[in-house]
Amino acid sequence: MAKSEIFHPSELNPVSVTVRAGHLAFESDILFENLNISLDAGKWTCLLGPSGVGKTTLLRLIAGLIPRATDVSIECSDSNELAGRAAYMAQQDLLLPWLSVLDNIDLGARLRGTVGIERHARERARHLLDRVGLSANADDLPNKLSGGMRQRAALARTLMEDRPVVLMDEPFSALDAITRVRLQDMAAELLSGRTVLLVTHDPLEALRLGDSIYVLSGRPVSLAKPLELSGATPRDLHDLQVLEGQADLLDRLAHADERQA
Amino acid sequence: MVLLRPLIIFVGLLLVWQIIVWITASPPYILPSPDLVAKALVARSDIIFGHAGTTLAEIILGLLCGTILGTVSALIMGYFRPAQRWLMPVLVTSQAIPVFALAPVLALWFGYGMASKVAMATLIIYFPVTAAFYDGLRQTEPGYLDLARTMNATRWTILRHLRIPAALPSFASGLRVATAVAPIGAIVGEWVGSSSGLGYLMMDANGRMQIDVMFAALFVLAVMAIVLYFAVDATLKRALVWLPETQPSHD
Repeated sequence: MAKSEIFHPSELNPVSVTVRAGHLAFESDILFENLNISLDAGKWTCLLGPSGVGKTTLLRLIAGLIPRATDVSIECSDSNELAGRAAYMAQQDLLLPWLSVLDNIDLGARLRGTVGIERHARERARHLLDRVGLSANADDLPNKLSGGMRQRAALARTLMEDRPVVLMDEPFSALDAITRVRLQDMAAELLSGRTVLLVTHDPLEALRLGDSIYVLSGRPVSLAKPLELSGATPRDLHDLQVLEGQADLLDRLAHADERQA
Repeated sequence: MVLLRPLIIFVGLLLVWQIIVWITASPPYILPSPDLVAKALVARSDIIFGHAGTTLAEIILGLLCGTILGTVSALIMGYFRPAQRWLMPVLVTSQAIPVFALAPVLALWFGYGMASKVAMATLIIYFPVTAAFYDGLRQTEPGYLDLARTMNATRWTILRHLRIPAALPSFASGLRVATAVAPIGAIVGEWVGSSSGLGYLMMDANGRMQIDVMFAALFVLAVMAIVLYFAVDATLKRALVWLPETQPSHD
């Protein structure tokens, strides 16, 4: 069996996702009304906005973690359901403290009750640990790892799910600046070819990784025309798009924050 | 130091005991001095340890039964939501009626043998085990559950792989409390009616004015309870190595 077949069991066809949230309210607070957003196939879409604006809620809605109202529709370009095809990575690493790092990577198989059924799962888990530079820590408990290492393990667990769509909720925000840049590079490389939605509060992160960047503001949330960026990611910190985009995004965010208040 | 500390505490307590005897000038039939008790312990060791075996068996059986019953109850309540509404009142009732008041009834139903004492110990530890474990099952980190849902987990695998392991620290707290109170159940049961066990021996010795034997039995009971507690505590600590020790080790 070819190596690539072991490590990419499902042939990955990039999927685009279109979300229409006609109406979503919590009690009397209308959060989304006639909100449309599409995630381009195989591209990174970033959501920026002041805290409390509803970025995380939108991501959780797409992830199926919020009971979906009737007038919310999520469609995929291959006309299959998104449910069960999106991997999720949160701000907390969510590593289970009682499982070794390797067992944490392989958690999905346990939770689906398919341990030993999913083919080559252990080899894939070890390979992915190697890709994120944690092969020496395979048998350690998570509490032995530093914050950056833990988030790398979480990235490996996300990759292990091998889903066409990856939803990330501020995955690097708890890390120091240098570790964060390294993890951004690693994520950009390892998640290439997948459709990614990244919620972040860091304009620089969005500019380094995003193909299109939305700024969310107001209540109900409105989306301005996204900032579209070109070229390969992760972009260099000195890239002109990154430097110019940062001032532009900070302006938009300040404006959004005023609308929020 | 680890071995020395308990020894110092032990000797210190004996000293306090002896000083109280000196100061109050108590006659031996009110408060015997430590050396009298030690002599009684040696002289009557065969009888005392025979009765201690009975009591220990009652405590351990009660712990087993209560823990199994409590674990199963907590799991049922954690897995089936409606079960909680039915079982919780039962649980609270089991605590609302003082176990001491039930002792004569249990003796009537289960006889004067071991069964009524095991039932007492079971009843007394059922609540702490169930309540602690159920609390733990309810308080799973929401992030874990989110992750599990995106991984297409089932209710059963979430219970098996997330909620139960995450609840083990709470379960361990319940079990520690249970270990500390289980001897109460056994002893009260023996007081109400029995023909063997340390509780019986103490009542019997009291009746015969053998106060030194009474204290010797009390001493053996205390040692048994302490050893049992530390054995359970050490086992739980070893089983939960992943649990972060939040208290600094040097404080």
